[in-house]
Amino acid sequence: MAKVLMKGNEAIAEAAIRAGCRHYFGYPITPQTEVAAYMAKRMPKIGGTFLQAESEISAINMVYGVSSAGLRVMTSSSSPGVSLKQEGISYLAGSDLPALIVNVQRGGPGLGGIQPSQSDYFQATKGGGHGDYHLIVLAPASVQEMADLTVKAFDLADKYRMPAMLLADGTMGQMMEPVELPEECAHSVDKPWALTGTQGKREHNIINSLYLVPEQLEEKNLERYERYKTVERDEVMYEEYMLDDADVCVVAFGIAARVSKNAITAARAKGIKAGLIRPITLYPFPKDIIRKTAENVKGFVSVELSMGQMIDDIRLAEECKKPVTLCSRVGGMIPSPEEVLKAIEDMEGGKF
Amino acid sequence: MAYTQILIAGFGGQGVLFAGKVLAYKGLEENKQISWLPSYGPEMRGGTANCSVIVSDTPVGSPIVSEPDILIVMNLPSLDKYENAAVPGAKVFIDSFLIERKIERTDIEAHYIPATKIAREMGIPTLANMVLLGKVIKETGVVSMEGLKDALAKTVSAKHPELLEANLKAIQAGYDY
Repeated sequence: MAKVLMKGNEAIAEAAIRAGCRHYFGYPITPQTEVAAYMAKRMPKIGGTFLQAESEISAINMVYGVSSAGLRVMTSSSSPGVSLKQEGISYLAGSDLPALIVNVQRGGPGLGGIQPSQSDYFQATKGGGHGDYHLIVLAPASVQEMADLTVKAFDLADKYRMPAMLLADGTMGQMMEPVELPEECAHSVDKPWALTGTQGKREHNIINSLYLVPEQLEEKNLERYERYKTVERDEVMYEEYMLDDADVCVVAFGIAARVSKNAITAARAKGIKAGLIRPITLYPFPKDIIRKTAENVKGFVSVELSMGQMIDDIRLAEECKKPVTLCSRVGGMIPSPEEVLKAIEDMEGGKF
Repeated sequence: MAYTQILIAGFGGQGVLFAGKVLAYKGLEENKQISWLPSYGPEMRGGTANCSVIVSDTPVGSPIVSEPDILIVMNLPSLDKYENAAVPGAKVFIDSFLIERKIERTDIEAHYIPATKIAREMGIPTLANMVLLGKVIKETGVVSMEGLKDALAKTVSAKHPELLEANLKAIQAGYDY
């Protein structure tokens, strides 16, 4: 397939359609509006549904409805809008419903700004809504991954009956890069639990998150966490970059990882052995490789567009064996390669 | 291995993002690695706009261009803002019809093109961006002129095929200036 130039937001939309998603519900917000715009243009032509809901809350509950019927469905928004969706996301998780939620993050808290950010890391990876649950969280670092991980998110969501989140940021959404779009796939995942009509031939299915008998609710939670264990064992994805001989290990995802690669090239040119672990899945977090890497490096630098959120997971993964410092800019600012290089040099020189 | 970082800046409405897109599509046709990143603040016509384009033989790291090898400026505020950002030896392309001052640095190479005047005289006043792009192609070779029409065809709206020829004409005028 020939490569085409596309914005990250458009790549998500086209990849979702090719993954068999025919139902999109959303509400406009910068910097992800191109997802909705693309869906508005394409869905009517292919017999799909594009619906601009009256609010983000409506949109996520429409997602719940379509998912209950066993169909691939998604919504997209940016940080403030994703906060509004949290109740619905918790209900999806509590009802074991697959769905794709896209968050093209912008600066916060509150209405914040419209420039790129990664400050919804806690919200995405630690629950976000109420109750014990996880989302599968995928963090693309290129337009190609915006497309590929959209398909992956649908597949994983269906496989584990979990909502999945694509956690991007304003840069990833707005930038254009060459992308090889995924092949159109025949979406035929067997969903015996779905509400498809019994035709009088089977017991009816129930999709529900309300369990008033505590024993039953506990059992539901325990069963769900068994599935999460499998996800943590089998679905971890990350990229290693110049890690083999590294003395300093940068950990960064999304746009922060792109900037970090520039800084690592600059560090290597100065004779400093720096490398990178780029988590592609933020949940499940790549704990094992970080723990192993801790044995060989002087320390870690967490590069984030947030005030130090992923850094907690790095420390837990490496069991506080080595120092971890934070290199971050927030509010829509992005660390420069020079700032990351400085943090690498400080770690190398034992200044932290 | 070439890794060329390009920053195009001017007023919203001057076609800053579009010029970047043409470069990006042409680079893609030449099998280069590409990134294109627009400023997307609350811009509007008359406000400032810029876009970062990277054309490279190796994978693109950060798509943000803060130290351009090629700087194209279409208004004075952009020259004031980015003149000092360019790397030493950078090539700077200035619409000298809209920007009266010369550059102050001596370690960068300036090209003054009255792009807006040239475009107006050709009866295509909105294509000063393409005139500048023509000169950029001539002086830097970041992409080649050959097959430019194919790249333009992917960028120009299919609803206005007549614009394809106009854009080509403007690029050629800049190339020949």
